[in-house]
Amino acid sequence: MNIAIVKYNAGNIQSVLYALERIGATADVTDDHDKIASADKVIFPGVGEASTAMNYLKERGLDTVIKNLHQPVLGICLGMQLMCSHSDENNTPCLGIFEGKVKWFGALNNDNEERIRKDNFKVPQIGWNNIFNLRTSLFTNVPENDFCYFVHGYYADSADETIATANYIIPYSAALNRNNFYGVQFHPEKSATTGEQILKNFLNI
Amino acid sequence: MLTKRIIPCLDIRDGRTVKGINFENIRDAGDPVELGARYAMEGADELVFLDITATVERRKTLSELVNRISPHINIPFTVGGGISSAADVQVLLNNGADKVSVNSAAVKNPALIAELAREFGSQCVVLAIDTRLEEDGNWYVYLNGGRVKTELHCLDWAKQAVDLGAGEILLTSMNHDGTKQGFALEITRQLSETLSVPVIASGGGGIATHFADVFNTGKADAALAASIFHFKELSIPDLKRYLQKQGIPVRYQSTS
Repeated sequence: MNIAIVKYNAGNIQSVLYALERIGATADVTDDHDKIASADKVIFPGVGEASTAMNYLKERGLDTVIKNLHQPVLGICLGMQLMCSHSDENNTPCLGIFEGKVKWFGALNNDNEERIRKDNFKVPQIGWNNIFNLRTSLFTNVPENDFCYFVHGYYADSADETIATANYIIPYSAALNRNNFYGVQFHPEKSATTGEQILKNFLNI
Repeated sequence: MLTKRIIPCLDIRDGRTVKGINFENIRDAGDPVELGARYAMEGADELVFLDITATVERRKTLSELVNRISPHINIPFTVGGGISSAADVQVLLNNGADKVSVNSAAVKNPALIAELAREFGSQCVVLAIDTRLEEDGNWYVYLNGGRVKTELHCLDWAKQAVDLGAGEILLTSMNHDGTKQGFALEITRQLSETLSVPVIASGGGGIATHFADVFNTGKADAALAASIFHFKELSIPDLKRYLQKQGIPVRYQSTS
């Protein structure tokens, strides 16, 4: 199988490569349009800031390439957020593959002040949270309420395209799906055996 | 719901895991990669590797260590030890580390925190603080593995570091480290309630109730310990079972 990892200026790409290696897969890290377009599977990772990443993708025409992919695509963390329609992180228009909008946990303060104080919520969320209402074959053999590792200050709202939910201050999208596009807010490459199962499932789509 | 993290810490000297008491009397505790992989399998939520090798070659040994660790560890890990520039950090992140911890270099040059946060994101910048409660009732910040005292107060320095972009605080109480008599609850609670970022409590964890105390009373987001795990005085699964019974949210393994 030919797996392409989109190479750009926001990524913890080595971790994704090692995680694939642990499940017996190898991948090409590339920003070559043809290689990405012709891969069997495409992984779009990301750690960083939305507007800088979007500018980088646009300058290299990668935004158009990603939007037009027909094979299974998996966005991870910032990658997933960039696949949404808009991010409040520096008011950034994103790829618009998912309808969801990306908002900041910190902006929830007014409505949830009492709960936030009581539960000592920090922003960003860092750590292991359980995922539930799991849908699609991305979560085959993953039990409801299993744990994944999250590091994020921004989140995508729950919507029709939500295929996994997590709770932090409010319920939000832990994973999204539309057609051939999948996105996960957590880091499967760092989510122990649960994450490895999800990566395996993605490769089997 | 977000769970409280249990983080084994591996102090590394010359490629081996070691453990000292009150920063002194160092004992050997095994191969860091084997030990790290074992902890990951047992349900550790993250790992911290601190290189305490005191040589000029340290920068190279740290990146070699990360290279050895990353292929085998399927949970997040932090590395630290003598990191003093963005170039150091770039190499470690490229080799697969998720976060770096900075300590003395950030005290000497606070702008380093801002630079690392800007370049790599706050989420990978952990500020480690070694602090000691002195007779005057204040918690002072220490440098160089606890050898050099500064006039900085712990809470002031932590606040400044978070403003500069530190994404987490790893707080070690030198009074408690190695004693197994429990964590420093009061200073941990002060930091955790004051700061907007997670606080990892370190130093003094000896038995399971100490961990419950540091989460309930100390309001810590995570707790770190070393020797009790290395020398199998407390196993991670037993600890998590205990915490769960106390109503503290922890992650448990779906298998095993």
